Amino acid sequence: MPSHDVMPDMELYQPVQVEDALALAGRLAERGWLLGGGQDTYGWLKDRAKAPEAMIDLNAIESLRGIRETSDGIEIGALTTLSELISNPVINERYGLLASAAGVVASPQIRNVGTLGGNLAQDVRCWYYRRGLSCYRAGGNLCYADTPEGMNREHAIFGASRCVAVTPSDTASALVALEASMVIRSSRGQRNVSAENFFVGPDVNILHTTVLRPGEILTAVQIPAKWANASFYWEKVADRNVWDFALVNIAVAMKLNGDVIEDSRFVCGAVECKPRRLLEVERAVRGQPRGDATAQAVHGIASRGARALTHNSYKIPMMDNLVKRALTA
Amino acid sequence: MTYMHIGKDFTPPDAEGKITGEARYAEDFRKEGMVFARLLTSPVPSGRVRNIDASEALRMDGVVGIITADDLPASSVPSNPSLTNEPTYVGQPILAIAAISERIAENALDRIKLDIERRPFVTDPLDSLREGGPDAYLTGNVAVGGEMRSVKWSPTAVAEFRAGREPKNVEFTAEWAFGNLDEQFAQCSVVIEEPFVTAGYPHHSLEPRTGMSYWENGRCYFHGSLQSQSSVIAPLARMLQIEAKDLCLINETTGGGFGSRIGPYPIMAVCGNFSRMLNRPVQLRITREEEFFIGSARSGQQGWIKVGLKPDGKVGAVDIIIVNDAGSGGNGSGSSAAGHISTVYQPAAMRFRGVTVYTNTTPRGAQRGPGQNEMAAVLAPVMDKAANQLGMDRVAFRRVNAPDSSGWSEGSQTPVTSAYMREAIDKGAQLFDWQVKLSQPRRSGSKVIGIGVGQGYHAAGNNGFDGLVRIGADGRIYLHTGVGNLGTYSYAGTVRAAAEVLQCRWENCVIVRGNTDLHLPHSSGQGGSNTIFTHTRANYVAAMDAVSKLKEIAAGELGGTVGDYSIADERVFKTATPAEGLTYAEAAQRAITLGGRYSGQEYPEDLNELTVRAVQGLAGSGLIGVAKDNLEKNGTAPGLAVAFAEIELDLDTGKFEILDYLAVAECGTIVHPQGLSQAMNGGGVWGIGMAGYERHVYDPQNGLPANIGLYQSKPPTFLDVPVKMHHAAVDLPDPQNPFGARGIGEPAMGCAVAAVTSAISDALDGHVFGRAPITAEMIVNHVAQSSYNNNNTLKINTY
Repeated sequence: MPSHDVMPDMELYQPVQVEDALALAGRLAERGWLLGGGQDTYGWLKDRAKAPEAMIDLNAIESLRGIRETSDGIEIGALTTLSELISNPVINERYGLLASAAGVVASPQIRNVGTLGGNLAQDVRCWYYRRGLSCYRAGGNLCYADTPEGMNREHAIFGASRCVAVTPSDTASALVALEASMVIRSSRGQRNVSAENFFVGPDVNILHTTVLRPGEILTAVQIPAKWANASFYWEKVADRNVWDFALVNIAVAMKLNGDVIEDSRFVCGAVECKPRRLLEVERAVRGQPRGDATAQAVHGIASRGARALTHNSYKIPMMDNLVKRALTA
Repeated sequence: MTYMHIGKDFTPPDAEGKITGEARYAEDFRKEGMVFARLLTSPVPSGRVRNIDASEALRMDGVVGIITADDLPASSVPSNPSLTNEPTYVGQPILAIAAISERIAENALDRIKLDIERRPFVTDPLDSLREGGPDAYLTGNVAVGGEMRSVKWSPTAVAEFRAGREPKNVEFTAEWAFGNLDEQFAQCSVVIEEPFVTAGYPHHSLEPRTGMSYWENGRCYFHGSLQSQSSVIAPLARMLQIEAKDLCLINETTGGGFGSRIGPYPIMAVCGNFSRMLNRPVQLRITREEEFFIGSARSGQQGWIKVGLKPDGKVGAVDIIIVNDAGSGGNGSGSSAAGHISTVYQPAAMRFRGVTVYTNTTPRGAQRGPGQNEMAAVLAPVMDKAANQLGMDRVAFRRVNAPDSSGWSEGSQTPVTSAYMREAIDKGAQLFDWQVKLSQPRRSGSKVIGIGVGQGYHAAGNNGFDGLVRIGADGRIYLHTGVGNLGTYSYAGTVRAAAEVLQCRWENCVIVRGNTDLHLPHSSGQGGSNTIFTHTRANYVAAMDAVSKLKEIAAGELGGTVGDYSIADERVFKTATPAEGLTYAEAAQRAITLGGRYSGQEYPEDLNELTVRAVQGLAGSGLIGVAKDNLEKNGTAPGLAVAFAEIELDLDTGKFEILDYLAVAECGTIVHPQGLSQAMNGGGVWGIGMAGYERHVYDPQNGLPANIGLYQSKPPTFLDVPVKMHHAAVDLPDPQNPFGARGIGEPAMGCAVAAVTSAISDALDGHVFGRAPITAEMIVNHVAQSSYNNNNTLKINTY
């Protein structure tokens, strides 16, 4: 078993215009690999668990960076680093939920180079898959985690479909809660996909966690004004406070009239392959006062239908507890 | 006592280089013609290499050679071979290939075809102990007296043990006892039984154990990454089949060791022999993943303990069973774990029974307080429970049982050189405000305050090594040390003992170290918290020898007797008429002229051969002070520590924050305050990691480890530990060290993990998890009244 940590040989393209990147992505298709901050990329490539023929380094494309105000909210370039997001006054003032989520991604060092696009498009962290085992997600016909002996503490309690890996992204939960949409471009044009529909589970596509296809580039994320300045709650539970993926995270946006919840979006991460909208919780809290009574009334709704694996039953009370905290904070 | 250097802070000479990046590690060295070697390791947990087809790799441009197990001396089971054709764990090195660049070497690895026959494997010691379970080796699962055997327990006994009960009618391979267990239990008013499991986990030292070696005129020059310097020479020379005089080890800086590289590690044989085969310098760089595999790991343990307390709070009896995981070709630490209990609680009777079982996982070895610290982790909540049942304050309980200078250590009940644990507890309880903290409000919403106390112990001092100092004709003091630079700065702290005796300015001292050819004396290995005690003694005797010679030379030149002379300000002078004297430089010049014992042409007969060669190399270059440490040492020099922790535990998330942390060292006289601070804080951080985060995770389906990287192994980060960690020291001298000093490295961690697990238990109304680490999901499951231990199937290498 070789232990690699040197970058493999491959062609390197460093376009400075997004159009050139799109042309390259279209031409290279599955043979190419998009490079942003590299925090997902380098693990795959240095381990040689993925072997693209060419790398398209997007980092010289200035138009993919930055945070811009639009007629209906803001647009964030996909190459904007997580640190830039955290320190941006508009994000902090209006969309503190996203700032909170981005602020606990990985470590300060990783946030300094890791991009929003990369955090959203990163692959799952199931350790069996990352070790290069031939599981369903890797094109095989087995899931090593969803077995009685599988080491599946971090895995899914919802949406198992041959694969039980979970979404590793903290910002994904926040963006689904904020009703963001993803700007996806290719040499054939542009399409906008809601954050909720951007992420897909293994029942839809077991090889990819997003709707991004070869030849396409996630160029920006748009956040509508709808949830600006709403009441937000964010929490990530991870083993460590730094450099760790969530055991469970929760992103909540609520529109309050006094203390009455008029509208809300509750989203949990790390419980399913994609960010999980807690629709039943949202329905149950509508028109109810934010506080202990409502928290008690809806307790257990979030985890309804959960199916624990051998080692992850704790996620059930943990996610219920996080919903309670969102309502009582 | 007021000293000139002892107890004073100073800046070790290598500290700046570590900040600026100028410090050089093994990986930083280059030599003309050097080639790069990389390992190919086993993809299976157990098997036999049927064939290696490296023909395609060897045909690649730039590839210069391959080395396999067939090129090295055969090793016997269960040793930990450098390369093997019969791998017994995933990641075990099978071969190395060398090329003119790392890129070519890496690419070549992919061209090698391994044909491996798979064999049954086992990742949990109890699975191997159970009748019908696989053995890690074809010849068995345990080694007794160097012989491999297969030890099996009945399925009923294994099930009982897993469920937390004493297994009956089973075989153990290690056992010791003292006192009358039954009689003592009969006198106890509280008797409790608890199961426990501590996870093994990897070292993951920051610097992977890269090596670079080359040969010139039959001599091997080896740039290594070791904790120790001189103690490594003989065993490394044996690994390379050469005489010790033909080995030069260069190891100025090491990026962490903590027990994983006290002596030469097996992969050094690959580097050294490969460079001899190729007749070229070879750098064998170890990746982070490989460091997990071959970097050694803490032994996990699974056990059962029965503790009895007498009405006065004294521990009457302890009965303990420990099954240890040795991994592949490693060691367990059950006896040391039990020895921790014996030393810290001084029970009237105790019995230890254990068995160390090999598994097809990475080799286990020493890791900061091996045995003692993982025992401290699970013992603290058990002892808290017993004290609570007795209605006794947990600190008062520990105070009643604390070892003092009439106490003993380990199962052998070896007397201690001195011990002031009671003073440490008193000091800590006062500084921490134990009583005040106990009475504060404990619950706020989902947050609960927990207050904990824990103790650490490790033997902390050896004797019988050599010291060597040289006063040069230039008047400078050359402090030769064979102590390795493992990051604790003990190499510098201990030579200050010689500077103290010589009453010389630190600025005028030169520490000579890190390269065998610089004439370094025989020194202990830097493990077991021993260096401060051991080498302040060795430096003391060498410096005392130098002082005697200074006075003899002065008396010979200026008249009078040796007793008429004193030293100060780097002069030796007549006490009555200080103007009459010699500078150290002048005395050194006289020593060179006089020759013989004064300048190293003659030396004591009891010196180690390494020191003899060092003295011979220095002969005629100054005044030589050299001696073997023959000072009195009776018993164990203990390193002791007690820690206190206040945590805020969140019942909703299972997370806890450490609000306050204080540790008190009981290590005799403080030699280097900043070094002590580093040891106490560093040990504290690691203890927090053991309490809440770090563990092995092996997949029992395929023998693969899950946490080969740093982020997966989860050592605590800056934001997982308190911003301010407090520490203090008892600072009472040990009578068997000339300066009163003892070591403290390992107990600094043991007390921390114990204090945190004690605090977690306290926050949860005394619940005993019997686990280390205690992770968030265990706490959440406990609060939700779900099983956190997989339906009573506790295991060492899995969740």
